Amino acid sequence: MVSLNQLIAVCLIYVAGLFLVAFLAERAALRGRGGWLLRSPLVYTLSLSIYCTAWTFYGAVGYAARSGLEYVTIYLGPSLVMIGWWWVLRRLVRIGRAQRVTSVADLISARFGKSNLLAVMITIMAVVGVTPYIALQLQSVTLSVSIFATPETGSGTAPQISDNAAFWVAAGLAVFTVLFGTRNLNANERHHGIVIAVAVEAVVKLLALMAVGAFVVWGISGGVSETVARIDASPIGTWQTSASRWTALIVVSAAAFVCLPRMFQVMVVENDDERHLQIASWAFPLYLLAISLFVVPIAVVGLELMPAGANPDLFVLTVPLSQGQSGLAMLAFLGGFSSATSMVIVATLALSTMMSNHIVMPLWLKLNPPAAQQSGDVRDVVIRARRLSILLIITLGYFYYRASGGSGALAAIGLISFGGVAQFLPALLGGIFWRGATRMGAVAGLSVGFVIWMYTMLLPSFGPGAALSAAVFEEGLFGWGMLRPQALFGITGLDPTVHAIWWSLSINALLFFVVSIFSFPTPLERLQGAQFVNVFDHSSGPARGWIASEGGAEDLMIMSQRILGAEEAQAFFSAQAAQQGRRNAPPVPTPEFVQALERELAASVGAATANAMIGQIIGGQAISVEDLMAVADESAQILEYSSRLEAKSRELTETAQELGFANEKLTQLSFQKDDFLSQISHELRTPMTSIRSFSEILRDIDGLSTAEKTRYATIIHSETIRLTRLLDDLLDLSVLENGQVSLNARQVQLHDVIERAVTTAQASSAHVLDIRRDLRTEDVMLITDADRLAQVFINLVTNAIKYCDADTPRLDIAVRREDSEVIIAFTDNGSGIPAEAQNLVFEKFARLNAAQGSGAGLGLAICREIVARLGGDIRYLSEGRGGRFEVRLSFTSSREENQRLLPV
Amino acid sequence: MPEARLFLERRSYRRRRMMDAVRMLPLVCTLLWLVVPTMWPNGLQDDTQTALSSALWYLFMIWILAIAATFALWRRIRRYEGTGEAAVDTATQAAEP
Repeated sequence: MVSLNQLIAVCLIYVAGLFLVAFLAERAALRGRGGWLLRSPLVYTLSLSIYCTAWTFYGAVGYAARSGLEYVTIYLGPSLVMIGWWWVLRRLVRIGRAQRVTSVADLISARFGKSNLLAVMITIMAVVGVTPYIALQLQSVTLSVSIFATPETGSGTAPQISDNAAFWVAAGLAVFTVLFGTRNLNANERHHGIVIAVAVEAVVKLLALMAVGAFVVWGISGGVSETVARIDASPIGTWQTSASRWTALIVVSAAAFVCLPRMFQVMVVENDDERHLQIASWAFPLYLLAISLFVVPIAVVGLELMPAGANPDLFVLTVPLSQGQSGLAMLAFLGGFSSATSMVIVATLALSTMMSNHIVMPLWLKLNPPAAQQSGDVRDVVIRARRLSILLIITLGYFYYRASGGSGALAAIGLISFGGVAQFLPALLGGIFWRGATRMGAVAGLSVGFVIWMYTMLLPSFGPGAALSAAVFEEGLFGWGMLRPQALFGITGLDPTVHAIWWSLSINALLFFVVSIFSFPTPLERLQGAQFVNVFDHSSGPARGWIASEGGAEDLMIMSQRILGAEEAQAFFSAQAAQQGRRNAPPVPTPEFVQALERELAASVGAATANAMIGQIIGGQAISVEDLMAVADESAQILEYSSRLEAKSRELTETAQELGFANEKLTQLSFQKDDFLSQISHELRTPMTSIRSFSEILRDIDGLSTAEKTRYATIIHSETIRLTRLLDDLLDLSVLENGQVSLNARQVQLHDVIERAVTTAQASSAHVLDIRRDLRTEDVMLITDADRLAQVFINLVTNAIKYCDADTPRLDIAVRREDSEVIIAFTDNGSGIPAEAQNLVFEKFARLNAAQGSGAGLGLAICREIVARLGGDIRYLSEGRGGRFEVRLSFTSSREENQRLLPV
Repeated sequence: MPEARLFLERRSYRRRRMMDAVRMLPLVCTLLWLVVPTMWPNGLQDDTQTALSSALWYLFMIWILAIAATFALWRRIRRYEGTGEAAVDTATQAAEP
């Protein structure tokens, strides 16, 4: 026989082992290792087995012993849901991932416009609904401990031990959950340690139950066929389940499987990969089948072997004990213990998340509004809130256990919980399938359904005279026969469970529907509704609802640091900044950014709270017409199409403009070329005409005197020289204009250049010109091409010689320095250039007086080109009397000079 | 927007029919589990009774068939998607210890 102390020791060792497993898993997850196990479909499927609690482990056998096959409804419902994963679960998991949902309350509140009212309602309903369930776990563990404490009776009703044991079990579970579940505030609400521990416990409880089952079938009964014979011979050997109970229980268990906070936690929140769901769709029904396979044999053998008063809920323990199999009984006890602990841990964790996110945080925000912008970590508040919530929930469970007397059948208590959480179903399904569902409808349906459930199921569970007086049971509330808790509307004869489930769920659904179709949703509700219902079309494009100003970024950063932690928040912000293409700068609070931040926060504190926190900083949510249109597919597409068209047409207009400019330029160039050609032709034609005429005279007229011949030949010669010079000039100009000329830059003395130019010009001309110079100022060293510069000076001096119309022509050549420039001025005492022609002197073929000059009018054009190439400037100035040309040359250091000259 | 195609090639056609089966299966199971047992005599109306063992056989056989069908459908759909994972095998082992 196992003593109580041995039992406690084994339990402690088992719990320590679980701790170790969870700790190793958390550490592996932190280091990014072990993903193959932590994120495997196997662990996902096993974690779903959190559905099978002590109710399954102990209660199912008791249930079968009392009501035959009815127990199997509790497993058929979830099997149906899993096999039909494509209909509901696939959608739920996708929404949960897309919206980063943290709990079932979060999902429903987010769907109905991030309503905190709904979140609070669902949280309270979940806490109330799950309390009996936690009491059930306490009761089962207490009962099983009492079996070992008082082995003689085998009835499992030793009150003095039960009370103490229940308290210690509750305290132990609370400590375990607090230590485990709230060590840190995970950004994404995933608890790898817990999930892996739950998976281990799933294996333990399955093995334990199957071991007891195998012992019963092959060890006691002696084989499968003998067991079947025993079943048919037993008091539960015939099908006795009423059709209404059968249907109602399958429906309510299927509903609870989706709505239970702990199921939602492991199925949706902890889901890592949507494909795991598809694997679980056959693997989890297989688990359920395995765990419910031996229930009936154990119940039948228990009924046969155990004394009449024995508690059938404990057959799993008492049958092996009565056969002297204390080792097997120990294993069974561990199985039951692990079913109870894993359920309590995950359920309280899920509920505490809901409580802290939807009740404590909103209250805290309301009480400390100015503090929301202060720095400091709000995560402490969240974690403390969660720990207190865990203690509160387990305390409630303990009190329910004490209040209900700890005597009810486990299955009956479990069904009360199922009925309570099943009230979420209409709002949940309506929310994800029907865009017309509104917040008003959800509030109405949920509240009325919950009240009916309380009145017909929860309160009567305490027995007549406890919560509801015996008179209310008999005559109805306020004496109205219509309001009897087990015969609403005067319809009697229904099974109480079926009665409660039927009325609460149907009135809930009906009100939800009717109020929804007659109320009008807010814009945010409509946006969220479209996102949820069309999750498979819209999962990447969130509704944008924030209009933020530049100044908000810092406040947002401070707030996020407090919720996400400094490092995580900074990483998130810099990632977003990088996405916006900003480096070393905070991200611009665009609507997209604020939306992403809200999602991130929602993963930690829930949608409604995140929404409220951001609202406090940014100051109100604005839903623009564009957002609403974006929800309506068609309008959005048209909008985008037209904006794309606009951009295209703008582009086209710009291109057309550029083309127009280019065309204008080309036309101008073409005109210039025509002009140039006609002028050239004209210039060439004049000398050609005279050459032709005089050569004709020489050829055709006989008897010309030698003197005449010489004169005509001289004319022809001088005209060809003029032509050659013209062609030379043209060539020179074209070379200069194309920038093909190579300058031979070196250090020269300005004086030498001027000297050379003056000498050359005077030598080639018959006219006499008085040239005045100031030799001292000419002593300047320049880095330049001396030959080209001389060419310019020659041209200027020659021009003065040719065109100066003064009686005694005189030319002043003055050199002066101005800053970094040398200015060489050529001033004559003639009448200068007429004002109207001053603009043209530097143009090609520009001649003031065609008759007077002999040049082609290219000289000054060439000068201008050369000076420009030398990095200087030439201009004509008229100063009252006389013409004045000024050549400006840069007078800089030699290196710069070289650079300046290079591109030529 | 491209118009939806009226006919599909063989492979996509097969895949869509598999998805039809996935959608249909829970409805069939509902019928067999939820509706059929309610028609059995439950010992309250008359003296012809259903033995518990035969009810047990019936329910568990459907259970096994449903699991097998879901498993087969999952295998086929996965093959059409062409995504093989090693983790699948471990899941198979674990769910039936």
